[in-house]
Amino acid sequence: AWAGEFGLGRPALPEEIAAWDLDVSPDGTGLPAGSGSVEDGEMVFADNCAICHGDFAEGVDNWPKLAGGMGTLDRDDPLKTVGSYWPHLSTAWDYVNRSMPFGNAQSLSPDEVYAIVAYILYSNDLVDDDFVLSNENLAAFELPNAEGFIIDDRETAEAHFWTAEPCMENCKDTVEITMRARVLDVTPDAGGAEEA
Amino acid sequence: MSESSGKHSPSRRRFLTSVAAAGAGAVAAGAARAAGPDPLITEVQDWARATGDGVDATPYGLPIEYEGDVIRRNVEWLTADTISSINFTPIHALDGTITPQGCAFERHHSGAIALKKEDYRLMINGLVDQPLVFSYADLERFPRENHVYFCECAANSGMEWAGAQLNGAQFTHGMIHNMEYSGVSLRTLLEEAGLSAAGDLKDKWVYVEGADASSNGRSIPMEKALDDVLVAFKANGEALRKEHGYPVRLVVPGWEGNMWVKWLRRIEVMDGPVESREETSKYTDTLEDGTSRKWTWVMDAKSVVTSPSPQAPITHGAGPLVITGLAWSGRGAITGVDVSMDGGKSWQPARLAAPGQDKALTRFYLDTNWDGSEMLLQSRARDSSGYVQPTKAQLREVRGLNSIYHNNAIQTWWVKANGVAENVEVS
Repeated sequence: AWAGEFGLGRPALPEEIAAWDLDVSPDGTGLPAGSGSVEDGEMVFADNCAICHGDFAEGVDNWPKLAGGMGTLDRDDPLKTVGSYWPHLSTAWDYVNRSMPFGNAQSLSPDEVYAIVAYILYSNDLVDDDFVLSNENLAAFELPNAEGFIIDDRETAEAHFWTAEPCMENCKDTVEITMRARVLDVTPDAGGAEEA
Repeated sequence: MSESSGKHSPSRRRFLTSVAAAGAGAVAAGAARAAGPDPLITEVQDWARATGDGVDATPYGLPIEYEGDVIRRNVEWLTADTISSINFTPIHALDGTITPQGCAFERHHSGAIALKKEDYRLMINGLVDQPLVFSYADLERFPRENHVYFCECAANSGMEWAGAQLNGAQFTHGMIHNMEYSGVSLRTLLEEAGLSAAGDLKDKWVYVEGADASSNGRSIPMEKALDDVLVAFKANGEALRKEHGYPVRLVVPGWEGNMWVKWLRRIEVMDGPVESREETSKYTDTLEDGTSRKWTWVMDAKSVVTSPSPQAPITHGAGPLVITGLAWSGRGAITGVDVSMDGGKSWQPARLAAPGQDKALTRFYLDTNWDGSEMLLQSRARDSSGYVQPTKAQLREVRGLNSIYHNNAIQTWWVKANGVAENVEVS
């Protein structure tokens, strides 16, 4: 048996690690061999995904939209999809493989996941209809928003407001109410005085 | 849900009656006199004549029925379904700092799963000397620690970025709970697997994921993993609740709730972050120019007045009034809270019920005498790092309106002369 400081636990077997260690990194580490075409993806998507995400990955009702929204990130109501927002294609493969379809996760074969991800790319107008995605070309595929992320910079970008000595007296001349939740009236009935 | 009938419930009628009574009472504040003998005193009541329940009536008790309003609530329109969704802690009705587990908020991505201790396995793999599998029983044999920490969803107050929207502290600030955790430090478990294979630990990461279908995988830098992260199996003295990760969850002090992986099943030591769905598509914060912050892990200093508040109006008229609330910071301990009753024109220091604890909720009180006039109530927290809680205008100036997460702005309640309070924004 393994003897760490406490000698607790037991060595993990290769089969066990293979069953649970499914994560895929941006450089493609973790991808299994396989491939899938846009054409296959259209079918697999229709069978497994379209009921919530729409025939063209455009989303049904309140379910997530997987396509569209290009160029909306700096607008009032940005539409964040795999095409418009996600930085790495590895994430799409990893997430679909491990956690989709919703309610029947981990039911897809690697080839089906490649095909679905290829179809999502097609739905975002990022590949042609003859495109085939595989473990060979996935990591090299650059999504439009790959450069759209910065590492948390609150420590510098916001220091000007939180380091100031707080005002205690005569902090402003007037105070006006500028917005009221009652006007929207979208709160569930939850005690208190909504009607009073 | 049970509150759907609340409009016509006895408690609603009681409240409206009491507001009317308070109005009358305000005129003669401080001069309350009995109109006549109180029958609750002069007549023998049932509970003083007959007997109550035996000790075998309730092997594990729930709150008394009269507290039926102190419950989690959800907001249907927020999410597509109730499985990958959120509910809210009734912070407007609680006091002190410890959140009762039964009404502590839930956030799941594929529902609350039932995982037996016997079926539980925790794997540590990746860049370790020996990949290991632990049973639940193994975990209980490691040296244990106890700590109180808040778990705040990154999206707490997120619906309020664009304006005052939801009318109640439960909804605007209730994606939070605060518990005393018992468990094993993550460092202990990583050292049991051995970290010499990982080489220089400075640039290493751990990837953590749950046993549920969503997995909720997140990447944590090794420095934090070896600092204060806990693998917890008890909260507030008893086993974790199913919906909070039974039998084992991760506790990541001060950091956004999403990283507190529930039903924890695997920890992988890695060269870099996975950049999983929950740290790319979600839990990234979009700024006005369309770029987005990633890895915004820490929850900054924040506070809210829990009473009076929209769900906790003043019903007793003018006179002595307890203003109370909660403050917390992922950057350290709360060192002070200021309260304003005039929308931020002037402030006075509140009283902390106990000295602030590191990355835990702190209760504050302002014992005041209300003259019955309108108030614009605000609270402003300060922490041990020197951070002062900002206004929403200050945050918006840097971030715009679309960052969804990490809204720690000062909250304003408009308390009217009749004691009713409303969520508002002020200039």
